[in-house]
Amino acid sequence: MSNLVLMPILIPFFGAIFLMLLPRKVMVQRTIALITSVVLILANIYLVYYVYQNGIVAVTLGNWPAPFGISIVGDMLAILLVTTTSLILFSTLLYSFYSIGMPRERFLYYPSVLFMIVGVNGSFLTGDIFNLFVFFEVMLMASYVLLVLGGTKVQLKATVKYLLINVIGSAFLVMAIALLYSMIGTLNMADISQKIANIHGGNTGMITVVAVLFLFVFGLKAGIFPLYFWLPGSYFAPPIPVLALFGGLLTKVGVYAIIRFYTLFFYNETSFALPLLSTLAIITIVLGVIGAISYYDMKTIMIYNILIAVGVILFSVSLMTREAMTGAIFYLIHDMLIKGTLFLVIGVIIAITGFSSIKRFSGLMSVKPSLGWTFFIGALGLAGIPPLSGFIGKLLIVEGAFAVQHYVGGIIVLLSSLFVLLSMMKIFSKGFWGEKKGTFTLDIPYRKMMVPVLILLAISVAYGIFSEGMYPLIDKAVDPLVDPSIYIQAVLGE
Amino acid sequence: MELLMSILIGLMFMAATYLILSKSLLRIILGTAILSHGVNLLILTMGGLKKGKAPLLDTPGLPAYNDPLPQALILTAIVISFGVTAFFLVLAYRAYQELDSESVSKTRGHEADDE
Repeated sequence: MSNLVLMPILIPFFGAIFLMLLPRKVMVQRTIALITSVVLILANIYLVYYVYQNGIVAVTLGNWPAPFGISIVGDMLAILLVTTTSLILFSTLLYSFYSIGMPRERFLYYPSVLFMIVGVNGSFLTGDIFNLFVFFEVMLMASYVLLVLGGTKVQLKATVKYLLINVIGSAFLVMAIALLYSMIGTLNMADISQKIANIHGGNTGMITVVAVLFLFVFGLKAGIFPLYFWLPGSYFAPPIPVLALFGGLLTKVGVYAIIRFYTLFFYNETSFALPLLSTLAIITIVLGVIGAISYYDMKTIMIYNILIAVGVILFSVSLMTREAMTGAIFYLIHDMLIKGTLFLVIGVIIAITGFSSIKRFSGLMSVKPSLGWTFFIGALGLAGIPPLSGFIGKLLIVEGAFAVQHYVGGIIVLLSSLFVLLSMMKIFSKGFWGEKKGTFTLDIPYRKMMVPVLILLAISVAYGIFSEGMYPLIDKAVDPLVDPSIYIQAVLGE
Repeated sequence: MELLMSILIGLMFMAATYLILSKSLLRIILGTAILSHGVNLLILTMGGLKKGKAPLLDTPGLPAYNDPLPQALILTAIVISFGVTAFFLVLAYRAYQELDSESVSKTRGHEADDE
């Protein structure tokens, strides 16, 4: 039964393999990809139930005892993130059918998407640091292909930069793993955690150096200050469904890796690494806010909103209290859902108006009021207005920050919500209200494009309204984060 | 021996950094290749360079074996960086065709329609 935890990796993997056999049959590609994602959702929902009933499922591949084989660990946090990933995958695939275009679909678009999901799910579930590197590479290779697929000039330019940054990042990740291996002598996460705590008391200088090196690597993937410089340019290039996948998933894998590493290995680094993380996170929020309010381009505004969310989550992780951690997990899942939704909404707007700059059009409300109100609800959710999904996470984060007397951070998180709302309302008021300006193409399959958007939005609204019901799950996800011995026990089984 | 290797790896990182900071895309790719060589040597060095047998079960000779784990890690890392480098080279070729230049100064800007 514990082999079930491999399903989130195996289902998209076999889906992708099968799709590579029939690259030119577009209808087959669409059907199989969609079926794969539905099966993935069902498997994940069952896994959530299973982990809720039985606690962490850990399986060490090939029947080797735990520290010697590769462990796949499904704790509640990983399973919840994998489930969110599959929901975003489903909606993005539905959206792709009507927007990505035949040429891309005929050149291995769907297999690439599924391979990226393999990498993302694997990164969430793995319990071995070198295996984490391999899954990162699976994810990144697929993302290079998705970024460049279509071969327009702007995509080529962006891919050159994105690829170079990630090659360097991966080299540093291997370097950090090599340094950690030379000190600890193991690659299994639970075992590393135990040995760092036992041998060194977690307080030697080299451990701090490695902690900062890992922060550098995962910060590069997640886009924190001062390592986010590649993100606005690269994310501007790909078509909307790919952008929704990237914005919803890729940076969040970096965030997840930081959460996992800092709660499991480096929770004792209170003298240097944790204050560094908290400072960088706060600066990230501030710079993200500056970017979000200074542009008039919808995609760029949303891309800077990714940075703000990454900053907020990492700030609350750096506090290392139970309350702040609960807030971080609430906010992480909310953010994946809402970013997916909003990128897709913006895609519909661009499909109708032809421009992504809100200076080029206005008065969209008179043509498509339903689109306007969809965007409005999504924007309020992003800013964290009470009944919607962003509220509870931010509330817990701010409470957590005030509880440990980190007033500066708490107030900056609060103020950032205001500016997020400002940047989103700028799009709403300039693009949707006012005199009708610009040419609107209305012969797009509007209703079909709105279905995936509304599915994601409905999930996100429900997540906000029924956050009381989500609480037991999130609570279970936080347990191993604040008490690593639960995780270690589940993997090493002592 | 580890000290000597560390100095060598340091030199390789230095060369890689210098090449990656240059203008030509081909030099940058050479830089990433040297970087991945440096990293692979680092794994080997960090695993320890004690004198032991090759990790094959029936080799005669010295009493102990070398650590087999770093060798497996390197093998994985080599294949991955080979794949990425091949992709990068083809990408550079396409960028050369499309942008008529192999200088990275041509890859600036992302043409936001913001004006």
